[in-house]
Amino acid sequence: MTETAQADRVPAFRRGTKFRFDTVRAAWVVLGPERAFLPDEQAVEVLKLVDGARSLGAIAEDLCARFNAPTDLVMADVAALLQDLADKGVMTW
Amino acid sequence: MVNLPDPPMSLLLELTHRCPLQCPYCSNPLKLERAGAELSTDEWVSVLDQAAALGVLQVHFSGGEPMARPDLPDLVRHAASLGLYSNLITSAVLLNPRTLAALADAGLDHVQISFQDADAEGADRIGNYAGGHAKKLAAAELVRDAGLALTLNFVVHRHNIARVPQMIAMGEAFGAGRIEIANVQYYGWGLLNRAALLPTRAELDACTAAVFAARERLRGTMVIDYVVPDYYAAEPKGCMGGWARRFVNISPAGRVLPCHAAETLPAFAWPSIREETLADIWNHSEPFARYRGTHWMPEPCKSCDRREIDWGGCRCQAFALTGDAGRTDPACELAPDHAIMAEAAQEAEAPPPAFVYRRVGANLGVMA
Ligand code: SF4
Ligand code: SF4
Repeated sequence: MTETAQADRVPAFRRGTKFRFDTVRAAWVVLGPERAFLPDEQAVEVLKLVDGARSLGAIAEDLCARFNAPTDLVMADVAALLQDLADKGVMTW
Repeated sequence: MVNLPDPPMSLLLELTHRCPLQCPYCSNPLKLERAGAELSTDEWVSVLDQAAALGVLQVHFSGGEPMARPDLPDLVRHAASLGLYSNLITSAVLLNPRTLAALADAGLDHVQISFQDADAEGADRIGNYAGGHAKKLAAAELVRDAGLALTLNFVVHRHNIARVPQMIAMGEAFGAGRIEIANVQYYGWGLLNRAALLPTRAELDACTAAVFAARERLRGTMVIDYVVPDYYAAEPKGCMGGWARRFVNISPAGRVLPCHAAETLPAFAWPSIREETLADIWNHSEPFARYRGTHWMPEPCKSCDRREIDWGGCRCQAFALTGDAGRTDPACELAPDHAIMAEAAQEAEAPPPAFVYRRVGANLGVMA
């Protein structure tokens, strides 16, 4: 896939998946059938930006601006994270 | 100050043991609870309140057949109001447009429908329920069309393991996000029927190959969760993520258990939600503490570097096969009792005996 095509892809949570803040653990959790896990801090920042409309490119741009990191590095990291979650059945993209 | 254990993630409610089907591997205990002993709606509501406060994130409504309880939609609604993720584990033979609409409206997140086989003849024989398979197919369509997330669950054994490719194809045809291909777990009814159910090594290997190939092909489209029978594994499963670490189960009469098979263990006085709070039971009860973590472990687990991965395997299996719940799970090839597994696998080479179907008062005496 070309880099632009990749940047245009739009991640979304899959039907039956929830991402919410748990007050008991004071942590964000991802919930699905037979899955419940606490994503790490970096993943939480990415997942907060997933709304079914924002593209990978837009998500990466937002993160780069806030964390002052180089775009292609962030893009690659975020793409890898989303692919991993897609393989686990948590996201589509 | 005492260190409290981490809160449970997941709660399974056996709302009832009543079920129209009679699967010979049912995970319910041999001694089924009668309807009169079941918790009331108010009692289940209180369980949900307590669970959410304790830190439970997911609730599985199960049974028996949970849809046999007319108050199921009320309980789902209450769970949703507490932010709990709700999953219905059902045989789906009681699911119709009206009952599904009530559940969807109540905020149900996910439905898991069990199929006994990929074809009607085999499925209806295994569940001992004529016409069941056709009802399930219709139900799965309703769930999909209602826009709810759907998992198809297949419990596999020697009578249907050859049709695993067709089971996967069913999942694809339904557009299911996830299917489960789960070999029978041999406790309770499954253990009683082991000689009728355990596949041969060759049958299992063919099944595993089919699952792995399909996983590769369906990456990103459909997740296939796969459970092998311990009898052919080199290492045990990390059962329930370890005893009383992530999971809690409540029986129809309100007994609180660290796993659904735990009632098979003697020498435990299981706490009741009618007498104690869920938090007290989880944090302080002796049965929950007994095998939690690694303090109880004998060798070879005690000094094994997998002890915090599989937690020494399954306590119920250790008891069922060795008579001592505190031994290393015989499924582990390092276990002193591992030879038991190979002996059992021998049974799979002989012709299968008849099923002992799961029902109240089944004639267990002749089989035992
Ligand atoms: S395993 Fe079969 S008999 Fe047991 S509760 Fe499920 S559908 Fe009913
Ligand atoms: S010895 Fe115990 S901890 Fe090690 S792999 Fe076997 S069961 Fe697991």
